[in-house]
Amino acid sequence: MSIVPQPTFLALDWWALGPVLALTAGTILLLLLEFLPQRANGNRGGIVSLLTFLASGYAVWRVAGEKRELFGGMFVHDPMTVFFTLLFCAVGVLATLMSWDYLKRTKINQAEYYALLLSSVLGMVVMAASNDLVTVFLGLELMSLALYVMVGFRRSQLESNEASLKYFLLGAFASGFLLYGIALLYGATGSSNLAMIGAFLADTPLATNPMLLMGSLLVFVGFAFKVAAAPFHMWTPDVYEGAPTSVTGFMSAGAKAAGFAALLRVALRALGPVMVDWTQLLAVIAFLTMTVGNVTALLQGNLKRMLAYSSIAHAGYILVAVAAGGPEGASAAVFYLATYSFMNIGAFAVLTMLGKGREERVLMSDLAGLGFREPLLGLALTAFMLSLAGIPPMAGFMGKLYIFGEAVKHPQLLWVVVAGVLNSVVSVYYYLRVTVSLYMKEPEGEPVGISWGAPAVLAIVITLAATLWFGLQAQGLWIQAQNSVMGLL
Amino acid sequence: MIPTEWALALSAVLFVIGVVGVLVRRNALVIFMSIELMLNAANLAFVAFARQQNSLDGQIFVFFVMTVAAAEVAVGLAIIVNLFRLRETVFVDEINLLKG
Amino acid sequence: MLAYLPVLLFVLVGLGFGAVTIGLSTIIVPRRENAVKNSAYECGVEPVGNARGRFSVKFYLVAVLFILFDIEAVFLYPWAVSFHQLGLYGLIEMVLFILILLAGYFYLLKKRALEWE
Repeated sequence: MSIVPQPTFLALDWWALGPVLALTAGTILLLLLEFLPQRANGNRGGIVSLLTFLASGYAVWRVAGEKRELFGGMFVHDPMTVFFTLLFCAVGVLATLMSWDYLKRTKINQAEYYALLLSSVLGMVVMAASNDLVTVFLGLELMSLALYVMVGFRRSQLESNEASLKYFLLGAFASGFLLYGIALLYGATGSSNLAMIGAFLADTPLATNPMLLMGSLLVFVGFAFKVAAAPFHMWTPDVYEGAPTSVTGFMSAGAKAAGFAALLRVALRALGPVMVDWTQLLAVIAFLTMTVGNVTALLQGNLKRMLAYSSIAHAGYILVAVAAGGPEGASAAVFYLATYSFMNIGAFAVLTMLGKGREERVLMSDLAGLGFREPLLGLALTAFMLSLAGIPPMAGFMGKLYIFGEAVKHPQLLWVVVAGVLNSVVSVYYYLRVTVSLYMKEPEGEPVGISWGAPAVLAIVITLAATLWFGLQAQGLWIQAQNSVMGLL
Repeated sequence: MIPTEWALALSAVLFVIGVVGVLVRRNALVIFMSIELMLNAANLAFVAFARQQNSLDGQIFVFFVMTVAAAEVAVGLAIIVNLFRLRETVFVDEINLLKG
Repeated sequence: MLAYLPVLLFVLVGLGFGAVTIGLSTIIVPRRENAVKNSAYECGVEPVGNARGRFSVKFYLVAVLFILFDIEAVFLYPWAVSFHQLGLYGLIEMVLFILILLAGYFYLLKKRALEWE
């Protein structure tokens, strides 16, 4: 009776699909576990979440060297999928650790929080593994829908709600652009498969076809919203400030990495043949993004807002690498995303421990004298700030070195490299302001309370180790990053 | 048979109405409806292209977009209703606690 | 044009049927009015009034849940159409899909989202 060929799954395919299966199962398990009674101070949600991430990471790591296309070429298992899946699992583990005590303090429903965390990571994995515009869109929406809710998780708090509404309206608006762009690309090339679009564009001179141009433009606009690139960055500071701190840390690393992973796939694999036409536009956007982020960050007194603008600036640096294009540019972007994820989550993990009894606001002045009261915490925060500023021997320095080193090989990008280096110098000012507050300011009034918790400390230790290790021994990660983009071209 | 261009023109008009609606309207619910209009404009374009190219891909895409849009409605409506219960307003101009 | 004659007849019969029934009932119906009879419905919501009136938030919850579970049925249609071609593999996939939905449904029940009070 069967006319449609039945897909055959090798053992390899099951391992490759492991993260998707595990994350889905974990999400459902978390919801169903609610039927069982739970101790008042239990950690069931966190434990399930950690185990799921570890299982996902193990499954994909087991078949790391393989290359397979699944579901009719919509989902690919290649080095890039492996790299980003491992990165997202690490981000998920760190997010779980820093949420561990934070959720109890803020009385957030654990089962729902972790279920949304898992499905959001699932969306990121799908985005990074997608080889079809349909899967890109589905992954992006899965990630975003979960994040909209997570941002507004503190329902009774006006800031959280407002952030959620802003994120939702602007995110859905961006999805609309992305979707229409996808429709036009599909219409212009006759396929939604990234590889087939790429092959079609390589054969057919379509560079000036208005439908293709408009489609690519709308897709880029959609991605620019998601990775917070200027001029579509307006939502970032409000959302980062209003969201629960653990969620901000998670989305600042995970959502940005996933957005760039999908952007790299679309830009290199599908639009590769016409990317030359976009170089200058991307460079201009990169320049605007860096400059707006860094200059506005100078004026911020609230740490979360400052880190929001800093994350905009970092999106700008990564866009320089995307503009440079080719395997080297892409691997520089991938390397930067990995190091940025660790140092930024580290900074937010420190923030989740601050601000006891005063809700979410942690001002620069609250840090005054903290470096002496809590030397280890102060030292960790200083290390993350130095890394974000791109000062050796931290990982952030190596990331910038690779990006600007690759971009400078293209003469037409020289100006944006110069602007990027100047921007980095500007950024040192506001990152060091944090350090100055920590060590050189006299505390005024009530000192900010610290809520110690072993999981959050563990998250800080891991991110700190990664930040130092990737700074001193960047070669290993760099080879992995280069390896990961090989399959794209 | 209706030419593909007509369907595309309609879809482009709907998309622009949606974008303009998001940009000029101040009621969160109306903004939200405009966003849905943008998604449906894309759906129309997908169906038109699918028929033009005699492939089913575009129509399958529409199924996915419809479900995603429904999920978006659920999340969005929940957020808006919750905000309304806290603030007694759905006008985005009055929702301005966060700024820098 | 002759091909459209049935349509014309259909329209005429439709209009005529409406006109005759409404006309007859206005002529032969006995009129004994009272307050209950003059209200729009004997039960239900008054149809005329301020459009910006508020509904209980529970309506929104039910509407949201309805749209979620309703729209998922859209995936059953393509499966139902090509049921024979997809065979056992398709059946297993659909059962998994429904089971995942059911998990969500049971969670709703557990959270008492469907209870009005």
